[in-house]
Amino acid sequence: MSQTQIETAAELDARGLLCPMPVVKTAKAMKELAPGEVLKLIATDRGSIADIPAWASTTGNELLEHYEEDGAFVFFLRKSGEV
Amino acid sequence: MLDQQQVPTAPGLSEEDVRRIVRAELEREPATRSAAIIASKGTLDWAYPPLILATTAAASGMDASVFFTFYGLNIIHKDFERLLKVSPLGNPAMPMPVPMPNAVLGLPGMGPMATAMMKSKFRGKHVAEIRELLESARDLDVRLIACQMTMDVFGYEASDFLDGVEFAGAAAFLAAARQAHVTLFV
Repeated sequence: MSQTQIETAAELDARGLLCPMPVVKTAKAMKELAPGEVLKLIATDRGSIADIPAWASTTGNELLEHYEEDGAFVFFLRKSGEV
Repeated sequence: MLDQQQVPTAPGLSEEDVRRIVRAELEREPATRSAAIIASKGTLDWAYPPLILATTAAASGMDASVFFTFYGLNIIHKDFERLLKVSPLGNPAMPMPVPMPNAVLGLPGMGPMATAMMKSKFRGKHVAEIRELLESARDLDVRLIACQMTMDVFGYEASDFLDGVEFAGAAAFLAAARQAHVTLFV
């Protein structure tokens, strides 16, 4: 569980979606954000546990925190300053 | 799979250092940001991998292009919904409700039934439909390239394909593939 409160600029509900849609929709949602802003992503695709960190690493965006809650996976992604 | 929490770091290297090094590497080598994929199969099941990988590559900030050749042309044909099917015949890997010998699988109606079953199964699991993946590919600027030679062999016209499809040959694919670290044949 989250220890600290993270301020988010947007939230993406990707529950029920399977690969590749959580990543595709995350990329789209992050495009709307300004550098430094944080997206909260909620997904139920078990593959997202590996895929979202991999996506963050490829794109240079930062995965601040992720945890499982009520059968869903919650991710906090901070948009990098260079994208 | 790569979990960034588990990336091994040398002593004295923080995660931020690793990120900086990876970014510098990406800038130094633009080919790491490019994917060139060949889609050669024209069945519903095999339409998924090239579209999933290309949309994910593009969503990861990569330039992605898919070269559709031979039966793969079905995927970008305007009539893809009707053309993309699966057949259980000669495919022992396909899960069936009850085991069926090939002699039964060859009966009329088994192909359409298998196609309907797969579509229904995928829909039930909320897997994106081919239509959605093609729309995502367009939104993400994935280049969809039809092989001109197989178009000519099969008697296709440019107008048979979805809007935005480009037309080229092997040299054009190789030119893209030379600039790409990720090259796949599906």
